Amino acid sequence: MKTQELKKSRTQDNELLIIKKLKVEVEGKEILKGVDLEVARGEVVALMGPNGSGKSSFSNTLMGNPNYKITEGEIFFEGKKINEMSPDERANLGIFMAFQYPVSIPGVTVREMLIASMRSKGQEVKALDVKRQVEEVARELRIGDDLLSRGLNEGFSGGEKKKMEILQMKVLQPKLAILDETDSGLDMDALNFVAYELQRQIEQTGMSVILITHYQKMLSLVEVDKVVVLKKGLLVDKGGKTLIAELGKNGYKKYE
Amino acid sequence: MSRFAKKVLRQAQDESSITDIGDTYKLGHSDKFEYAYKSAKGISEERVREISAMKAEPEWMLEIRLKALKVFWEKELPTWGGDMSKINFDEIYYYLKPLEKAGRTWDEVPPEIKATFEKIGVPQAEREALAGVKSQYDSEVIYGSLRKSLADKGVIFLGMDEGLKQYPDLVKEYFGKLIPMGDNKLAALNTAAWSGGSFIYVPKGVDVGLPLQTYFRINSENAGQFERTLIILDEGANLHYIEGCSAPSYSSGSLHAAVVEIFVKKGAKMQYTTVQNWYKNVYNLVTKRARVEEDGLMRWIDGNLGSKLTMKYPSCILAGRKARGEILSIAWAGADQHQDTGAKMIHLAPETTSQILSKSISKGGGRATYRGLVQINKGAKGARSKVVCDALILDSKSRSDTYPTNKIMENESTLEHEAVVSRISEEQLFYLMSRGISEHEAEGMIVNGFLEPVMREVPFEYAIEMNRLVNLEMEGSVG
Repeated sequence: MKTQELKKSRTQDNELLIIKKLKVEVEGKEILKGVDLEVARGEVVALMGPNGSGKSSFSNTLMGNPNYKITEGEIFFEGKKINEMSPDERANLGIFMAFQYPVSIPGVTVREMLIASMRSKGQEVKALDVKRQVEEVARELRIGDDLLSRGLNEGFSGGEKKKMEILQMKVLQPKLAILDETDSGLDMDALNFVAYELQRQIEQTGMSVILITHYQKMLSLVEVDKVVVLKKGLLVDKGGKTLIAELGKNGYKKYE
Repeated sequence: MSRFAKKVLRQAQDESSITDIGDTYKLGHSDKFEYAYKSAKGISEERVREISAMKAEPEWMLEIRLKALKVFWEKELPTWGGDMSKINFDEIYYYLKPLEKAGRTWDEVPPEIKATFEKIGVPQAEREALAGVKSQYDSEVIYGSLRKSLADKGVIFLGMDEGLKQYPDLVKEYFGKLIPMGDNKLAALNTAAWSGGSFIYVPKGVDVGLPLQTYFRINSENAGQFERTLIILDEGANLHYIEGCSAPSYSSGSLHAAVVEIFVKKGAKMQYTTVQNWYKNVYNLVTKRARVEEDGLMRWIDGNLGSKLTMKYPSCILAGRKARGEILSIAWAGADQHQDTGAKMIHLAPETTSQILSKSISKGGGRATYRGLVQINKGAKGARSKVVCDALILDSKSRSDTYPTNKIMENESTLEHEAVVSRISEEQLFYLMSRGISEHEAEGMIVNGFLEPVMREVPFEYAIEMNRLVNLEMEGSVG
């Protein structure tokens, strides 16, 4: 029932994220050269493109990484312009990014961080409830208990780090999740249940997703609504699911 | 400086709050009341005789004091370490006696002083988590208690003055045997002018269980506090002792020069936890040393958050086979603070092991120095030592130095040494902020995470208190 309602709202022209003519510089070098993109509520957008096309720059810019300078263009989230907002303000609006390379935070457990996150959003949470919730999600994602009591990402393998990002997404329940190559570093089994949990969250909460990936597998496991192709800082193609198969077969040659 | 948006406004607030940091010191008030006795300023033979006479001490103690006074005059201040040139030994009050006599019950303590200790949380802690308490106010221990069950087992927990009165032979046997008066100028001064401190004896095989605690408070301006602590753990005994310190916010500094001697006999285990939160005008120059016999364990947990200058290097002399020494320390150096702290491990016997974990943070122009010694003597075969020094520097004005000294005279031994200096990375800040946490709170989390390996060894309520103090200090961080 809930799912149906959410699907319905998707068809009403209900845009969550609107990006207009976005130009971005890193250390004086232009990386994004005028990107337009719209993401509707509940929509799953696959962002594809060859290495160095600007996909990670795009997600870092959305999250407000200060190394990425917007020189032109606008980003609107739920109608609000967020160009000048700090990362925490953006997060508290409901934007989440699963990092491609999550850093470690020695001495801070994922639970402690999530409690601080939830309290920053003004949620009244009990430490014990968060603990239970984290343990439950960890079980779903096959994350060992010992990882929960360690400092975040401290000595984690590549796959463990990626799963920990998904755990945070599940607990924080954002409106928009940007997954920056979350599938790389995951083995087949892990990829399967990460994709399953992602799809479940999309259906249950109506979360929108920008899915950055190089691999067909992830895209076959998650229901994708729209595919966009980024090359040398520009969106060069746009399409439905069929584009995924085509890119899988022919690569990015045709955009040369 | 912060690069995460709202730059200008935030910086302006920060700079004003840095100068206000003293306002966050919650224990900065002073109590006004008539002292039972206040000596004239400065130290002299006459003053030493006066202190000794007021305490009605045995003649031998007076002789030790007078001899130590000569050593104090003869010795130069150390030329290494912090800047001590501003200490004017002639301006200090060497003996301040708040009350005629120590209280046995809390009701006997005057209301002003009681209110101060209540603010610190002493009576509550005593009810809930401690086996015994001493409260030292300027020169004298004014209140004390010990659970009856422990007294019945022969545990002695007294102020040092009372200890000397009741157990002169025991005191005579151990006093100054580990830290002789000639050890350093401040130890000599302490030996000449000592007053208060704790005297503890735990008999063979007795496990004290809950911690014993002493709280040290300097109340008067220009006061010198020279407490002298002597702890003897007989074979197989087990004790956790905690000390906490605070002082009011006066414009001119006070001097705290303590001497702590600990004897850990065969198979005994001792943990000594310090939460030092002196106000930022106090010179804290302390000598602490433990002698550990066969299979014994000495553990120093040392948190230095306050004071203007601290020079303190808790030491373990590992004298018996398989004796163990551990030192876990945290130093916080904020604006106008220099924490010159460290540890010394002297391995005299085979198979002795030691571990030093030192964590320091410097911020707002503060300076944190690690100064340590590991010495493994010839014949200490199979001795092992591990030293880890981590420094976190929070801004470009602040400073951290590491001075490790290793003297290894035995080939069949191992020493590991790691020293890492780090800064809070922008990547870490961005990560936490992307989870909705403000830049300021994110910095606090990273700092507390950095301290966590030591904090986890500190009793829970003290860990909370230290976290709170760190967070207070983090306020107004420029990042």
